[in-house]
Amino acid sequence: MVNSILPLELQEVVVSKRGRRIVGPVTYTLAGAGTTIVIGPNGSGKTTLLRMMHGLERTSEGRLSWAQAFKEASQRQSFVFQSPIIMRRSVLDNLAYPLTLAGKSRKEANEAAARWAAKVGLGSRLQQSASRLSGGEKQKLALARALIREPEVLFLDEPCANLDGKATRVIEGVLQDAKSNGTRLVMSTHDMGQARRLADDVIFMLGGQIHECAPVQDFFNSPATPETEQFLRGDIVE
Amino acid sequence: MGEILEGLKAAFLLLVTLDSDLVEITLRSLQVTLSALVISSLIALPFGAWLAIRRFRHRRLAIAVLNALMGIPPVVVGLFVYLLLSRSGPFGVLGLLYTPSAMIIAQVIIITPLIASIAHQSLRELWAEYHDLLISLNTTRHQRIKTLVWDGRRALLTASLAGFGRAIGEVGAIMIVGGNIDHATRVLTTAIALETSKGDFSLALGLGFVLIGLAISVNVAIHWLTRTEREGRW
Ligand SMILES: Nc1ncnc2c1ncn2[C@@H]1O[C@H](COP(=O)(O)OP(=O)(O)O)[C@@H](O)[C@H]1O
Ligand SMILES: [Mg+2]
Repeated sequence: MVNSILPLELQEVVVSKRGRRIVGPVTYTLAGAGTTIVIGPNGSGKTTLLRMMHGLERTSEGRLSWAQAFKEASQRQSFVFQSPIIMRRSVLDNLAYPLTLAGKSRKEANEAAARWAAKVGLGSRLQQSASRLSGGEKQKLALARALIREPEVLFLDEPCANLDGKATRVIEGVLQDAKSNGTRLVMSTHDMGQARRLADDVIFMLGGQIHECAPVQDFFNSPATPETEQFLRGDIVE
Repeated sequence: MGEILEGLKAAFLLLVTLDSDLVEITLRSLQVTLSALVISSLIALPFGAWLAIRRFRHRRLAIAVLNALMGIPPVVVGLFVYLLLSRSGPFGVLGLLYTPSAMIIAQVIIITPLIASIAHQSLRELWAEYHDLLISLNTTRHQRIKTLVWDGRRALLTASLAGFGRAIGEVGAIMIVGGNIDHATRVLTTAIALETSKGDFSLALGLGFVLIGLAISVNVAIHWLTRTEREGRW
């Protein structure tokens, strides 16, 4: 890709809410290719970290910078939320929405929408109102909608948290495809099996900090700290 | 009692024979109120949407002002418009007093705050739902308003219908600025008031039925729209 928006550089970034520091200071560089999986106990700041990287959280200290200007960078990344945000429109119109925003013609947008619907198994539901889909179908729709602009970076916040195995398998397949097409994935999960299946490297969040960050083999086979070891054993870490 | 029954009978006769006075007055009412509704909606709906997505310090104040405007008695709005349009008033040269335009102006002032307030409330809910997605997709403010107005169109139609209901049944302000002139500014409500005071109940009742019919249709439509909205059929 010409002029990649990566690397994303975080320098001593802090996110505070109501005067309380909930994430940071975090110093981290998101570069290269592949999939980074973010794990950690509940409340450790996984969601906030992803939202902050994507620009949904105001940073109160530190510096966050993409390799391209902010506007350019924001147009080439997308986000999949833990509970999918479904627009009050048909499946087709949900999918076409990001493309029409970007000024694509209705025809072009609809063709792409139909293609992506088929990829996530919603090909026969195009005209249906999206709010009537099941939870798994909604998340697949949200994923397809996030990928339809072929983003360079895709953030996902526990996208499979409430889904059954079948829906999870479809979503993981779509994610593997996106990765091999060059999309950089950053995804939080509390499913260690999923982390092992998808990760190239792992960020372990603890108490609002990046506690450890390592390639997937090293992380699971030779944890660097006692806390990581405890967490991987399934002990309660705080 | 006999008088009322006679009146009812005569009223039905007027309705089924499409009495020319009754039709004329009804059409004028619709013309005035629909014109006011279109103008008000064009102002109030985008304003409500804008208010819903803005995050400015004085939003509460703006909403309080909106609510206060909603609370102004229509008669006072009539008086105010009358003063503005009367020959010695600032807009006297336009010669609008006692014309349908004056009535439209008064109705616009009466229902714009109502429509804006209802629109703002429902779009605020929609905005809370869409907020993260629309920020994530890096939408411009214009695109946000467009999206909210489109996806909230049923709720906005409900807001407009509420405005219609209020405007079509309004009498005080219309009487003051329109003057209830036969074949010029006589509408359903002012005609009912006049015919009743003259003791001619048949036309008053006939017009009353028309007004009731309109009001019921509006409420049925609102009810239906709210239900489809809630049940997620769009
Ligand atoms: N809007 C908010 N206001 C105050 N505290 C918040 C807010 N959002 C998150 N937090 C707090 O920040 C911490 C991290 O939350 P989160 O990023 O959601 O963690 P995780 O996704 O790992 O469960 C938690 O302690 C949570 O209570
Ligand atoms: Mg979370």
